[in-house]
Amino acid sequence: MIELTVNGVKRQVDVVPEMPLLWVLRDELGITSPKYGCGVAQCGACTVHIDGKAVRSCQSRIGEIAGKSVVTIEGLENRDQHPVLQAWIEHQVPQCGYCQTGQIMQAISLLERASKPTDELIDQVMSGNLCRCGTYPRIRAAIHAAAAKKMAEK
Amino acid sequence: MEDIKNISRRAFVFGSAAIAGGIAIGSYGDAAMAATAANGNPLAAGLGPNSVTFNPWVEISPDKITLIAQHADIGQGVGSAQPILIAEEMDLDPGQFEVRFAGPSPAYFNTGFANENAPFLAADHSPAAEAARADALEALRKSGLQMTGGSSTIPDTYEKLRIAGAVARETLKAAAAKRSGVALADISTQSGHVILPNGTKIPYVELAAEAARIAPVLDAKPRDPSKWRMVGKPMMRLDVRSKAMGELKFGIDRKMDGMMYAAVKLNPNKGQPLKSYDAGKAQSMPGVKKILKLKNGVAVIATNSWYAMKAVDAIQCVWAPSTYPAEQAGHWKVLEGSFKPQFLGKEWRKIGDVEAGLKQGTLVKAEYRAPYVGHQPLEPLNGLAIVSDSGMEIWVGHQSPQAVQSIAAAAVGLKPEQVTFHNQWSGGSFGHRLEFENVRVLAEIANQMRGTPIKLVFSREQDFLQDIPRQIAIARHRGSVDKGKIVAADLQLASTAPLKGLLERMGAPSKDPDPQLAAGLWNVYYDLPHFRATSYEAQGLSPSTTWRSVGASTAGFFTESFIDELIHAAGLDPLKARIAMCSVPTYRKVLETVAEMSNWNGPLGNGRGRGVAFVESFGTPTAEVVEVTMTDRGVRIDKVWVAVDVGKVVDPVNLESQVQGGVVWGLGHAMNCQLTYAKGAVQQTNYNHHEAMRIYQCPVIEIRALENDPKVRGIGEPPVPPAAPALANAIFAATGKRIREMPFNKFIDFV
Repeated sequence: MIELTVNGVKRQVDVVPEMPLLWVLRDELGITSPKYGCGVAQCGACTVHIDGKAVRSCQSRIGEIAGKSVVTIEGLENRDQHPVLQAWIEHQVPQCGYCQTGQIMQAISLLERASKPTDELIDQVMSGNLCRCGTYPRIRAAIHAAAAKKMAEK
Repeated sequence: MEDIKNISRRAFVFGSAAIAGGIAIGSYGDAAMAATAANGNPLAAGLGPNSVTFNPWVEISPDKITLIAQHADIGQGVGSAQPILIAEEMDLDPGQFEVRFAGPSPAYFNTGFANENAPFLAADHSPAAEAARADALEALRKSGLQMTGGSSTIPDTYEKLRIAGAVARETLKAAAAKRSGVALADISTQSGHVILPNGTKIPYVELAAEAARIAPVLDAKPRDPSKWRMVGKPMMRLDVRSKAMGELKFGIDRKMDGMMYAAVKLNPNKGQPLKSYDAGKAQSMPGVKKILKLKNGVAVIATNSWYAMKAVDAIQCVWAPSTYPAEQAGHWKVLEGSFKPQFLGKEWRKIGDVEAGLKQGTLVKAEYRAPYVGHQPLEPLNGLAIVSDSGMEIWVGHQSPQAVQSIAAAAVGLKPEQVTFHNQWSGGSFGHRLEFENVRVLAEIANQMRGTPIKLVFSREQDFLQDIPRQIAIARHRGSVDKGKIVAADLQLASTAPLKGLLERMGAPSKDPDPQLAAGLWNVYYDLPHFRATSYEAQGLSPSTTWRSVGASTAGFFTESFIDELIHAAGLDPLKARIAMCSVPTYRKVLETVAEMSNWNGPLGNGRGRGVAFVESFGTPTAEVVEVTMTDRGVRIDKVWVAVDVGKVVDPVNLESQVQGGVVWGLGHAMNCQLTYAKGAVQQTNYNHHEAMRIYQCPVIEIRALENDPKVRGIGEPPVPPAAPALANAIFAATGKRIREMPFNKFIDFV
């Protein structure tokens, strides 16, 4: 049994330690917001937070994150009022939506490091998150809007 | 229901002989209503007590209102646009209804294909063209073909869903009149309620039982656009919130009690069987429950997807070799040899005397190439299914419900009507979810595992290897310029046939020339004295299929690059010359608009350049200007301006998203993507080899939508074709270098 904390709840799973966190979340724990897109850290659709950092869950072996705290979009604090989620909705970023939870988890992590990111920084940090529908212009706009919202809250 | 073979063949008969003799029908909406009467309402069978359905799109029970989305949502937003069109007329607000995807039924035949199926240019509104479209519509009605694609959702549903909503509204009002004894004229509706003159508000759901007992008001008329509350105005797509919150369930997120997980390894020599396999190592791997032999590969059943994928990876397979050339060079060689009479598809259009025109002035010749490209939506192919002795149930995101039934049924040995299909929200498609690789193998697996629900997820690598690509094509264009004018253009291309391929795999092979090879080739709206457009169909190559914008994605690049070369040879300005030559006033306006938006004013200089391209695809004229700067790290795309004319904008916010997404799609694949074969298998098996566009390469994209076209047009695909030629033309303007082959990064670096 491997124990970890997911969205504030202690969970135990009986899987091989090599299993990526992504599949533990999706298939073992039924948490489906982290998406399988590539399995090799090329798309970012599986992005979650481990101990507060944005991580590709397809590359995180469960055995190595035992005891750590995992947060998916379902477990974000103040989810209904979250400035990044709000900005994503107001700017209607999603098209098919499949990559968007990963985009959002990456964007939250970006805004924690840089309160007012430039387009250049956004491009740099968000380039690991692939969007096949091409929502990039709206992703940029939503991140700027979320930054403004966060500033206003402070 | 009709056999899928007849459905597709009748729906896609191109050419006047095949579609002669139909009945002209006044409007698409009327046609849809006629179809309801003729084909029945599929909602009637599943209706609960005290519930009512007025037509195939509206169902009201005592506890909820359900609006049916007949077109699949593959990210393009039609899971929102379709119910909004109904809700507009029903006076429903978002949140007052549920949305359900339609099951397979001929009642949901796609009227939107009528324009594309009639052998006339989109801008031709002559009586003969309209008569052919009416005939095509009648053929579609008879066929009952329900399919999402060809940017047809809005053209198909714009009228018929508003009529469906109006019928529901007027019937609910009639039920309220009967109950209350109040004159119908004094009754109104608002926000999900019927309103009586004394102010009494009756919720629609309370009227369901009574409405079911009266005849629906079939002559209800939709409202004048000036009365619209939602349509045409900026609105919130219904699926945005649940997608941002991570709550929306895609097909891949489905679960069932007792479900087992499957992964597959399939013959990468497309269409060929498995010869033998060795599963010795996989057998004892963790989580593995069973190993199954399939017609074209193997499957592992395990306790989760990752165990299944790991184990299937460890199986050694011996494959039957490909019937197409094993190496990519062989594919190009076949194409090069296909410009011959025996491979003629069709001479689609001929104006003047091309051979004589080519002898006038200066001759210009150029060859262009476009490679195979993958679809690769981010949600890999998947599906959930259970087979019992009496039938099969399947949950999968797909654009062809009836074909899912027939393909799955054939794989299991059932009749199509024994297969129950539940469409799913899809994480993208771009044409991928018109094919059947996942459906066929899932049916095969579930049949071997009868009684156990099976969830199949393709690994990204399998998805790439099984992806039936966009057509590969070569164009050999010739033209002439004299005294500052284009005299002649002789456009010829050789290509694999994407739509014919799809039809064949649907079980409805066609002998007609592939009409998608005319798209972007024959529909040239410049006033040229001598013009000819000819397609050749290469034989024996990789199967290919519909990829966002289909034929126009390659031919549009060839044509608009070559027109640019001719304009340059004639010493003219690329945009001003296009405006001057454009023969359709509304299309000219699209070009003038993009000129105004981009403040087009001749060459930029200093390593900067602008290119323009104009392509009409699926009836939607689209002009794009791309601006680039040469830097020491390569070409940087600074900005793109897009002007389109869709006749009527339904949702301006989503329209902008579709245009921006189409531009990103068109540019990204033209810059960075190709699929190449080696030993019969594609060599690119994940996004690091087939990247398209990431955010760091994405330019600012400014759009403007016009409403001058006499018809309502789609927007999912038309922004794609002009992107590649506009970029190539911009690179020429900035550098003097003509890039005549995709992907462009074989010839130039991008920042």
